[in-house]
Amino acid sequence: MLYCTLPTHSAPWTWAGTVYGVMLNHKPALEALGDAVQQPPYQAAPKAPVLYIKPRNTHAGPGAVMIPPDVSEIEVGACLGLVIGQTTRNVAAADALEHVAGYLTVADLRVPHASLYRPSVKLIARDGFCRMASSATPRARIANPDELDIRVWVDDILVQQSTTGDRVRTAAQLLADVSSFMTLAAGDILLLGVSHGAPRVQPGQSSRIEIGDLEPLDNHYLTTLELP
Amino acid sequence: MKLARVVVAGAIHTAYPVVDQPQLLQLANGRVVNANDVQWLPPVAARTLIALGLNYADHVKELAKELTVTQHDEPLVFLKGPNSLVGHKGQSCKPPDVQHMHYECELAVVIGRTTKHIPASQALDHVMGYTICNDYAFREYLENWYRPNLRVKNRDQCTALGPWLVTADEVPNPQALNLRTTVNGKVVQQGNTAHMIHGVAELIAYLSSFMTLEAGDIILTGTPDGVTPVAVGDEVVTAIDGLGELTNHVVSTP
Repeated sequence: MLYCTLPTHSAPWTWAGTVYGVMLNHKPALEALGDAVQQPPYQAAPKAPVLYIKPRNTHAGPGAVMIPPDVSEIEVGACLGLVIGQTTRNVAAADALEHVAGYLTVADLRVPHASLYRPSVKLIARDGFCRMASSATPRARIANPDELDIRVWVDDILVQQSTTGDRVRTAAQLLADVSSFMTLAAGDILLLGVSHGAPRVQPGQSSRIEIGDLEPLDNHYLTTLELP
Repeated sequence: MKLARVVVAGAIHTAYPVVDQPQLLQLANGRVVNANDVQWLPPVAARTLIALGLNYADHVKELAKELTVTQHDEPLVFLKGPNSLVGHKGQSCKPPDVQHMHYECELAVVIGRTTKHIPASQALDHVMGYTICNDYAFREYLENWYRPNLRVKNRDQCTALGPWLVTADEVPNPQALNLRTTVNGKVVQQGNTAHMIHGVAELIAYLSSFMTLEAGDIILTGTPDGVTPVAVGDEVVTAIDGLGELTNHVVSTP
């Protein structure tokens, strides 16, 4: 059994390493693209996980999210975060979850965009666009990360219900496939991917994300005042 | 000033060049060591790593045939993790199923302080210094999903960085530097930072318009044309005027 550390006396956004997200891991999201995956500019269905990075300027917690002045609404992507506890490289799916220290509720925020051709850093990596709950849940308390209920509320109305299941890659398979070409380090967070149909919010609204019995995540959205 | 991060006898040190004696390094504690007796780390402990694609007009022309969408007006930006970095004289792995692994000589810009909403006219004041990057790519793994995708651009130790962090005062004009790559001593890539589509100041202004850059963040500014495949055993040297020479060895996958 690997020993995995999970910091418990400080908030995840203070110690998170690199946060890796994955697009189109929810089967309905990939299916919704239909034939488009074979057409330009994609020309083929994705083979490797469609990964992206939420850099440190995006890492933050519950509370106010400033929506930039050039943006009218943002997408709230509820994600299960796999908190890496040990160096993870070339792991088999059967052993992969041993490398997870815990699980975390994450709001992967993005400016809505349809095209997945370019990495779209400007739409994904605005300041404060990766929100994390105040604490992670140790792995031992989660029997199966692939069957947790996900519920998203906007202004106290339940707007999205899904689960962490129905994935192209389960949590373990995603760890195996990602670690086949790159190393995840302790403190890195791998997101299992947004469920299809993520809700959008505008300034003045609020969101709440619940994933299983993990610490939930509450945010509210404000307009950024433009300086003269 | 030129600074390196090196490992000597199990400890990480800051090291400086010794005047007229390139075989020697002076450590911050005063000790002078032979440069062959150290391990070179990337000269900066990485925070956010930002990279540019298609930022030289000649390289865009080189790739034009396979680009399925015309060049964007906005810079093509992607991000990398710290797992990708390796220092001077390091090794990068060529996977057995890849024929087209190629080097990319790039000017790397190290940010020196918190940078948000900074106009291009002030952007260079926020630069701590410069170093050389060799940002390998693996063409067989290219997919048109968030291209260039991480399987191409975020492989372990396939982004060489170094040898020195050269402070900005020694590089008065980052847009007038010759870049050169040699493979086993033969010149294979040449360019000049004057031919960047988006220059360093413009890139900092663009990036800081939507994200806060912090000290230690690194911007890899793209590569000119002249990329060719490398083979296991090759010694690849990427060089930039005033910044030195960065050596990397292509090795087989363990």
